[in-house]
Amino acid sequence: MASHPATFSTGQSPAAAVDALNVADDAQTIGALPDDVVMETVNLNVFYGDFHAVHDVNLSFGKNEITAMIGPSGCGKSTVLRCLNRMNDLVPSARVEGSINYHGQNIYAPKVDPIAVREHIGMVFQKPNPFPKSIYDNIAYGPRVIGMKVDNMDDVVEEALRGAALWDEVKDKLKQSAYGLSGGQQQRLCIARTIATKPDVILMDEPCSALDPIATSKVEDLMLQMRKDYTIIVVTHNMQQAARVSDRTAFFTARPDETTGNRTGLLVEFDRTKDIFANPHDPRTEAYISGRFG
Amino acid sequence: MSNVAARTASSVTAVNLSTGKSKDKNLGSIVFLGALWFSLFFGIVVLVALIVDTAIDGAPRFDKYLFTNFTQTFDPTQAERLAASGRDPKVLSAEYSGFKSGIIGSIILMLTTAVMAIPLGVASAVYLEEFASKTSRFSRIVEINLQNLAAVPAVIYGMLSVGLMAALGAQRGIAIGGAVALALLILPVVIITTREALRSVPSEIRQGSLALGATVWQTTWRQVLPAAVPGISTGTILGLSRAIGEAAPLVMLGFGAINFAPAFPFIGSKIEAFPLEIYDASSNSQEIIRESASAGIIVLLVMILAMNAIAIIIRNKFQKSW
Ligand SMILES: Nc1ncnc2c1ncn2[C@@H]1O[C@H](COP(=O)(O)OP(=O)(O)OP(=O)(O)O)[C@@H](O)[C@H]1O
Ligand SMILES: [Mg+2]
Repeated sequence: MASHPATFSTGQSPAAAVDALNVADDAQTIGALPDDVVMETVNLNVFYGDFHAVHDVNLSFGKNEITAMIGPSGCGKSTVLRCLNRMNDLVPSARVEGSINYHGQNIYAPKVDPIAVREHIGMVFQKPNPFPKSIYDNIAYGPRVIGMKVDNMDDVVEEALRGAALWDEVKDKLKQSAYGLSGGQQQRLCIARTIATKPDVILMDEPCSALDPIATSKVEDLMLQMRKDYTIIVVTHNMQQAARVSDRTAFFTARPDETTGNRTGLLVEFDRTKDIFANPHDPRTEAYISGRFG
Repeated sequence: MSNVAARTASSVTAVNLSTGKSKDKNLGSIVFLGALWFSLFFGIVVLVALIVDTAIDGAPRFDKYLFTNFTQTFDPTQAERLAASGRDPKVLSAEYSGFKSGIIGSIILMLTTAVMAIPLGVASAVYLEEFASKTSRFSRIVEINLQNLAAVPAVIYGMLSVGLMAALGAQRGIAIGGAVALALLILPVVIITTREALRSVPSEIRQGSLALGATVWQTTWRQVLPAAVPGISTGTILGLSRAIGEAAPLVMLGFGAINFAPAFPFIGSKIEAFPLEIYDASSNSQEIIRESASAGIIVLLVMILAMNAIAIIIRNKFQKSW
């Protein structure tokens, strides 16, 4: 995409922009790192079969912080995110190299059970995906399957729905199908469902891309409010969203391989959000956040 | 720019669009449409004619005896008079002959077939869809064989079951033998439709469940299977409605005329199947029994149509839009 002149909209001539991208090709800017690291990726490389999707990603995710991952389409943001709770195990051709440490423990170590990893590291998807069950059962499902000790499931459901700022809207129709909710409510239901199992980290892959602006701002408010209890890692295409909600931002891009032309994703810059947006070090970051490519 | 375009468009409309004729209505397409209509008409007319003819033939015999009496029977209220007249009660009783043993037999066969085919078929489909690697050589071989098995003629399954029953030293013509043949017959259909039903459950549901820390087993059992039940039951009923009309494998298994109700437990007792009993009746020398065959055909048709209707109702009622 970056190599296609038509995608450069304004400003600089296309050729100049390409130059800017090529000059700093392998450079990586890592700014201030969080003090209290919950998770980190160490030289993470991901392959789909022979295709090298992500190259050498080193990231640290701070406790009770929101980390945003931004970058052009196909640069491997979702791939990295799915590795963080081993959802990429579901892709048969996927292979991971390097390590991902969760509180110092490599979740890709041979003895680690991916099911246990997912109990601690929950995930919210791009498209709201409630189960074809009642609102109540959607929430109760997680605690039931992981065998969580609960005194009263009703309380767990209420707490989760309050935590997702959905309780007041649905408290009178808990037994009704979740499919009757609006898209935004469904997405907050999915968030409630995730926090019902009391995870430590919550991964979100473009959680607002299927929502209208009002529903989006509700989810964003919710994320800011959830930050005090959870560590949140969010992939977004919406730069304003990254700027509004996140504490730290990781910018990825994709670089075509000279011989095969396959586009491998790599981390370009990782820093405090306010620094990245106010003062990007890498010309590619600057080009992306000013809307000149991607 | 846009003004020019708009003006051009309006003049085009005035010139070209009101030609007074339709390009869709030239001779070629009318003839073609006629041919399509004729084909459809032909198929429907033949079917309707067949059903009406059979129904008229069987008209004198649409009575309760069709369901309550055995093939060779006589009305107990008439028994004394018949015996007194010195004529053969069997000949006279033809008017009261019915398909009780066949109907009971077919119901037993269907239940036994379902009990065998549904768990086996659903389990196989679940394994293939949810657990087996989609790209492994094993899966591909199974896949191809399933398609082929669905096309294997019923008599082949009959032979297989004959062999199995003989090896077990079982009596000929007992329910379980027929049920084995019919279950094998519909197994590929059950597996294929169940796989389709499982495949139609969106992968987002599975991912949502797995992301909460559920195992693949929990996800299959609590999310995917319940969501696929309508599709599975539709496929199974359609399979059973094919099995209920099947006669050939049962002939091979030695199913024959039975003039008594099967004894409990039914699977080990000799039974008669409805289609076979109809077949026997249709070649009987007595007119009145041949009439009962026509009536029986209509009853069997109604049974099959009812099963298909149930399948369609289930499909429409529980159809989910994800
Ligand atoms: N299951 C898969 N099998 C094979 N290749 C995949 C798979 N998933 C992703 N890829 C490839 O990996 C690369 C990165 O994909 P990924 O979905 O992580 O990008 P992304 O940054 O999330 O893009 P987007 O912003 O469009 O969501 C792409 O080239 C994509 O084609
Ligand atoms: Mg993505």
